[in-house]
Parts: sequence; structure tokens; C-alpha cells
Amino acid sequence: MADKAIQQKIVEPEELFFKAKREKQFITGSEAVKESIKRANVDMAISYPITPQSESMHLVGDIYAQGYVKDYYRGENELGVMSAVAGASMGGVRVFTATGGQGALRAFEMFPTWAGARLPIVCAFFCRGLNSPLTIQPDTIEIGLLLDTGMLVLHAETAQDLYDMILKSFIIAEEPDVHLPVAVFADGFFVTHTREIVEIAPEDIKLPPYNPYKAPVPVMDMETPPVRQMRDPFVMKSNYVSYACHASWQQEVRAAAERARKHINKYLGGLLETGNEDAEILIMASGTAVSQSRAAIIRAEAEGLKVGLVKLKSLRPFPKDEIKALAKGKKAVIVPEFNITGWLAREIKSVVEDNSKVIGAPRVYGGMTMPPKLILEEIRRCSK
Amino acid sequence: MNQKTVINKKTSNGVNRKSISIRMSGLGGQGVITAAHIIGGAAVLDGKFSTVNPFFGAEKRLAPAESYVRISGKNIYERGEIVYPDVIMVFHPHVITMGKSYTMPFYDGLKSNGIVIINAETELDFTAEDKRNLSKIKANVFYVPATSIALDVAKTELSVNMAMMGALVGVTKIVSMGDLKESLRERFGKKKFIASATTAALDDAMKSKFAKTEQLIEKNMDVVKKAVDMVKKTAI
Repeated sequence: MADKAIQQKIVEPEELFFKAKREKQFITGSEAVKESIKRANVDMAISYPITPQSESMHLVGDIYAQGYVKDYYRGENELGVMSAVAGASMGGVRVFTATGGQGALRAFEMFPTWAGARLPIVCAFFCRGLNSPLTIQPDTIEIGLLLDTGMLVLHAETAQDLYDMILKSFIIAEEPDVHLPVAVFADGFFVTHTREIVEIAPEDIKLPPYNPYKAPVPVMDMETPPVRQMRDPFVMKSNYVSYACHASWQQEVRAAAERARKHINKYLGGLLETGNEDAEILIMASGTAVSQSRAAIIRAEAEGLKVGLVKLKSLRPFPKDEIKALAKGKKAVIVPEFNITGWLAREIKSVVEDNSKVIGAPRVYGGMTMPPKLILEEIRRCSK
Repeated sequence: MNQKTVINKKTSNGVNRKSISIRMSGLGGQGVITAAHIIGGAAVLDGKFSTVNPFFGAEKRLAPAESYVRISGKNIYERGEIVYPDVIMVFHPHVITMGKSYTMPFYDGLKSNGIVIINAETELDFTAEDKRNLSKIKANVFYVPATSIALDVAKTELSVNMAMMGALVGVTKIVSMGDLKESLRERFGKKKFIASATTAALDDAMKSKFAKTEQLIEKNMDVVKKAVDMVKKTAI
């Protein structure tokens, strides 16, 4: 336990998210994570300072020392950390950790385990390129690999998004009809290491505590026998009942993710955001590819070209009906991405009626930025 | 510890300069990231928008390190490294002569009529091709002996970045001396700045050179002012 506890007033989530007067600060994405956790009433944070990391968990360690987080330690490795936060969450406390790139893949086994055990863990992922050849630079390839773990997946564009999404994720994750882990992704360097203006709530208020007894699964309570070592259903396919139980449990995890839609709509203002969506050409993107698209659109408009923008904030649940409706009748849907696999274009192609108009370009990977010029060239080409 | 920069709504002296983007190339430990932070912070104090981000590989001294500063009167959307800068700052001749850079050649992407500021005691011997390319884009090349200014005035090579900032302000007037000083105070002042272990070690080394923080700020501002006077344009 930290030496001293900080006095913060507990307020309703709506107060902290929407009503409290915000102050502008010139901070990095990693510092925005710290400010978010300061106000999130987190019981326990566990970190592993692997490379690649960001300064975020280091900063969470600092606010633990100041008394904002009740418990904190450094795990022995990434898999160890992700297993330990699972244990803490099963024990009924609010937990936070962060990872990214190679570290996230090392711990991969635990992410579907969290979802299957209905643990409302919030984990930030700061995307980096994956081996090989060796890179630790920004690249969103890992999001495509982590989409189908059963976690809710949000993607931040800016440090402001990161601050807001992490705070709101605790409340969405802990809703009794959801009760799932939330992965908040942000692009390494482009968000984590970038200093920008972020508006944040006062530091003397915080979220209400997590109430584990509202959870849809029993909290592991050592004081109340019988203690169950595992709270997931019968794991072995030893008979028909155990098989059916496992299958239906998996369906329930996916259904819980779908039920998160209404909470994401309430707290994040929708699974996606749109601008000029009536234009013949749309750009659909997530993360900092949205920022680059905004810069490209300003230049396209100066040339008299009309382009709409769809910013995807939630990737799981995926806004499939919204995307299908938005893409209807369009001339082209441009999907710029910071990875070689084009997982977002693939996702979008899977839900639109005519997927031949989905342009999976430009793609930049291996750690470089995406010059808006590349997106502008796609806009020009599609406008012909 | 947190950079509690409260943003001023008003823009000083009413000058609304157009957007500017600066690429700083140097070697790990020279302070290119800190310099970007201080310049960006000064612009924000002036009521402008700024984003600042670094690029480096595994963190080690003398490895290539770059940082990027965007300053604008309007919201800034574009992120990541600056591919087409208005200003390129070279903190060490090795960036050019030994290719210790993420950007080769060092002027790659420089906008027409752009500015290059190089830390070197004497003019570098550019190749004929480099000279041709630089004059084709009408580059304005400036030299400043930032290392010797740092050693002469602050008695530490750790102030090279301050001299480079001085040269930048001397050439572009992008931030005021007052805002630069205030931003410097926020970075090295009372509040603890959270940095990585190597940066923290360099911060400690810098602070150990001066008895008081205010002395550190004054001496470094002297470095800045000397560099403003000493930065010189050269014909290519």
C-alpha cells in the first residue's frame, strides 16, 4: 500500500466525464494516461517495463507513490503481468495496466482468458511494429491480431481521446450487462510520445469505486466459502453438457460485447464519428490515420474536392450497420492504415454491400509517418 | 511533476504567424527532444497550438535522435515525423558527415526557401550534389558554433540545445525570449519532470552544474542570447 492516501471526492461518472470544468495542459499521451488513472479510482496497477513501452506505467508508478493508486508492482514479464491483473480482477478490484508491440504478443494468451472470465480489466496498448526485422516504431499491426480475443477494442486518435477513453472504459467495462475487458489502443510515438494540448478534469475528483458484487460472475472471495479456484464453466469436453456449456459461454461473451454498444454510445457519443458524410467519397480510418486524413481533407477541399470522414472509435463492437449505411451509394471508401495487413479495410469490406469500392490505401508500415499527401493522391484518383 | 502549462488565450503582440514545422536532428544526449519540448511549450504559452514529438530507437547516447515541432495559429492535425519541414536544425556535424540521421540527405523534404541551422565551428564541406540541391530549393543555410557557446557561457556541453534554440529564435523569431524563458522554467523548475532514466541522469547532471534552478535558467538564457547574436547565414 502507498504511504499516504490522497483525498479525492467521489463524483458520478457523468460529472467527471462531461460536467466538471476542464483545464488545458500541454502534455504527452503517456502523461494523459497518468492523468486519467489519477481520476479513475484504480485499486491496483501492475507494470512490466519492457521495450517497447511508453512512460505511462512509469508515471502510474509515480502516482501510486503519491497515493492515487492503492497498490502497484512490477511483474516478472508481460505474461506474468497480464496473469496477475487477471488474479486481481477476479479478486474484485479495479485494475489497470499497459503494454504494446512485442510485449502484447508475449502476453497474448491472457487476453481471451480475461474475456472468457468476464474480467473488466482496462488495458492500454501502445501499438508498435512487430518482429521481424526488428522494429519498435509505430505500426498498428497488433490491433488486427487482437480484434477477436473477446475484449472490447477502442482506438484513440489523440492524447485527448486516450485520456477520455481510458476513464470511460472502466465504467463501460464494469456495466453488469457487459463486464468485459477493454483494450484501449493508441499509436506509439504518434500519441504516447507526442506533446499536445489536452483538456482534463480537476485532480481532486474521481470515479466511484468498482462494485464487484454487481458482477454477472461471482467474485473470488476468500472470506466466503466455498472458494472456487476457477469460475469459468466446465473446461473439458467430457460430455455433451460440458460442451454445450462452453459453447454457450462463448456466445454469451460475444453477446456481452454487443450489449456494450449502448454504453459506448452514451459515454463516447457513438462507435464512430462522421463529418461531411454526404460526400461521394469517404475516408474511413481509426487512430492517427484519422489525423493524417484530416490534414489531407483540408488540402483536398482547397482543390475543390469533397470528401467525408468517418472516424472509427470502437472496433469491437464493430459499427457494422453504421458503416454499411454510410458506404451505401458512395463512389469510393478510402481506408488509410498504419500497417501492412490492412485489417481495417478487411473489416470494412466484410460489412459493406459493394466491397469493390473499398480502397485499402495508402498503407504505411515499419515505423514511418503517413504524409497527408499520400491520402490526397488517393482522393484525387477517386475523384476522377 | 506534471507540466501544468496553463494556456493563455491571448496571443502576445498580436502577430499571427503562419504555421511552421521544425525538424531537429542530433545525437542521443544532445537534447533535441528537450529543445523541442521547450520551443513547443513557449509557443503554447503564447496562445498558439503546438505538437511536439520525438523519434529514437533503443535509447542510447550518440545514436541518431530526431524531434519535430509543429506550431500554428490553428488546430494541428498532422502527426509523426515532419517530412516537409520549414526549418531543419542539425545539432551535430556527424548528422551530416556520418549520416547519423533518420533523414538522408539531411535536407531531404526541406521546403523551398527553407532554413537550415547547423551547429559547427566552421562551414561544412558539402558535396557538389548537396550544394546543387540546396541552391535549387533556395535553402538558407545558417551556422552557429553552439558547442563552443555552451562551453564558454554555461561551462557545459549540455547547453548545446539552448544555443541551438537561440539560433532558431534569432533566425525565425518563432517564440519570444520571455516565453522561451518561462518554458525553460517549467521544464527545469521546481516541479519534478518525469523523464526516462537516461534523460533524468542528464537532467541531474545539468542541475548539478548550477547551485540554484534560477541560476541554471539565467545561464542558459545567456547561452540563448549569445547564439542569437552569433548565428550567421552563409552563401552555399
